[in-house]
Amino acid sequence: MKKLVTVSLLGVAIAAASSAQARDYDNVRIGVDVPYEPMEFRTAEGELTGFDIDLGNELCDRMGVTCEWVEQEWDGIVPGLMSRNYDAIMSSMTINDERREQVLFSDPYITMPSAWFAASDLDISEANEETLAGMTIGVQRGTLQDNYVTDNFSSVAEISRYSTADDMVLDMEAQRLDIVFLDFPIGQTTLLESDDADYVVIGERISEPKEYFGDGFGIAFRQRDEALAEKFNEALAEVQEDGTYDEIFTRYFGEE
Amino acid sequence: MLDISTWFNDVLAGNTIFTADTLGYYAQGFVTTTQLVFLSLIAGLIIAVPLAIMRSSKHKWISLPIYLFTYVFRGTPLLIQLYIIYYGVVFIDGIQESFLWPILRGAFYPALIAFTLNTAAYTTEIFRGAIKATSQGEIEAARAYGMSQSLMMRRIILPSAFRRALPAYGNEVIFMLHASAIASVVTLMDLTGAARFVYARFYAPFDAFLFVAAIYLCLTFAILYFFRFLEKRLLAHLQPQTP
Repeated sequence: MKKLVTVSLLGVAIAAASSAQARDYDNVRIGVDVPYEPMEFRTAEGELTGFDIDLGNELCDRMGVTCEWVEQEWDGIVPGLMSRNYDAIMSSMTINDERREQVLFSDPYITMPSAWFAASDLDISEANEETLAGMTIGVQRGTLQDNYVTDNFSSVAEISRYSTADDMVLDMEAQRLDIVFLDFPIGQTTLLESDDADYVVIGERISEPKEYFGDGFGIAFRQRDEALAEKFNEALAEVQEDGTYDEIFTRYFGEE
Repeated sequence: MLDISTWFNDVLAGNTIFTADTLGYYAQGFVTTTQLVFLSLIAGLIIAVPLAIMRSSKHKWISLPIYLFTYVFRGTPLLIQLYIIYYGVVFIDGIQESFLWPILRGAFYPALIAFTLNTAAYTTEIFRGAIKATSQGEIEAARAYGMSQSLMMRRIILPSAFRRALPAYGNEVIFMLHASAIASVVTLMDLTGAARFVYARFYAPFDAFLFVAAIYLCLTFAILYFFRFLEKRLLAHLQPQTP
């Protein structure tokens, strides 16, 4: 029995090794956390679209590979990459040192600041330890915003952590939260441009310190998939060069 | 005191995940989980006893509404009940201006209400079964003594029903502890919430969840032990007698 197990394990190991060798990435699965305009979202017809998606598809076209998008909730998105549910993550993930220990990043493809959002009757002009004292702050669990708020304000304020930004926006409307800290474009589409509510950005858009906010959004790969990351970087440079990138950017963010 | 804290720091030295900070989250989670489970069980028990008596009534108009209540709450997932009570309550007109809002605004009380109603429904059915199983002879004997319905309930039916219900109720307590793991979906930092926080922050699913599983296991054993102790005392007369 024991021998049988050893032999079959060996067989599996050999098969795994040879398939890893033969791997030339004809088919790349990309993990994405669906939900928010304009980065990635579903249209009314249920079609997956958004800046990440369009750019990702464009990159795949350039590389001549077929790409498949796999949806995964944000708080499990990195473990999902490790467990080979997909080969890359392209989901507005900010490059930072903490994540660099886990994954391999492509070159940054866009830079997005974070910002504080609150109802317009919240009477503060800037978010700091004094003004936030005693408030309830909403963040998405496991995001860099979560880390930033946890490290800087957990001693003075209450922090509510959500799995999705939708739940957070719902609780903002229910007035359970005083203020939320979000990627700027997500807050812009979910709060600033919402129909019946009145929200404002508090203070400046934030992208410092680097320790938290890193170097813009990158595509994440498993550490050993250097060849794949290189292919993506080349394609990225190509679309930035020939103007395709700008075209996709304008489609979602307008002229800036 | 100093010894303990230096010992503690030595143990944690070089450990990137289980720092004093994250252990603090687990400790906070432990308190929230035990509070939630303990309070909902107590409140559920208090509600369930009269409901079980009404549920075993012969009058349809008394038993039917209770039957509906227990079937709705046992027939739907607790997670959905929690969502409805936490997110749904906001859509009730005028609720945000009412005196209830300060209570319902946080996540703790909506979760407590959902857990209480859920455990009350299960406990009602457990007790109803135990009341139904009262032996006819005991009831006849009580009648022969001229006991009224309420006196008979108090002295004969309920005490023996409680004893019979004990093992099943012990299971319900453990189920409730495990079911409470969903509290973190409404932002509560319970034990599971702490584990999810550590998991998301350090990308360490095994460390985060194995550690919290060990805590749940300890709690479960404590509950088991407590119920074994209760059964030994209350069901002593049913044990085989050794001469």
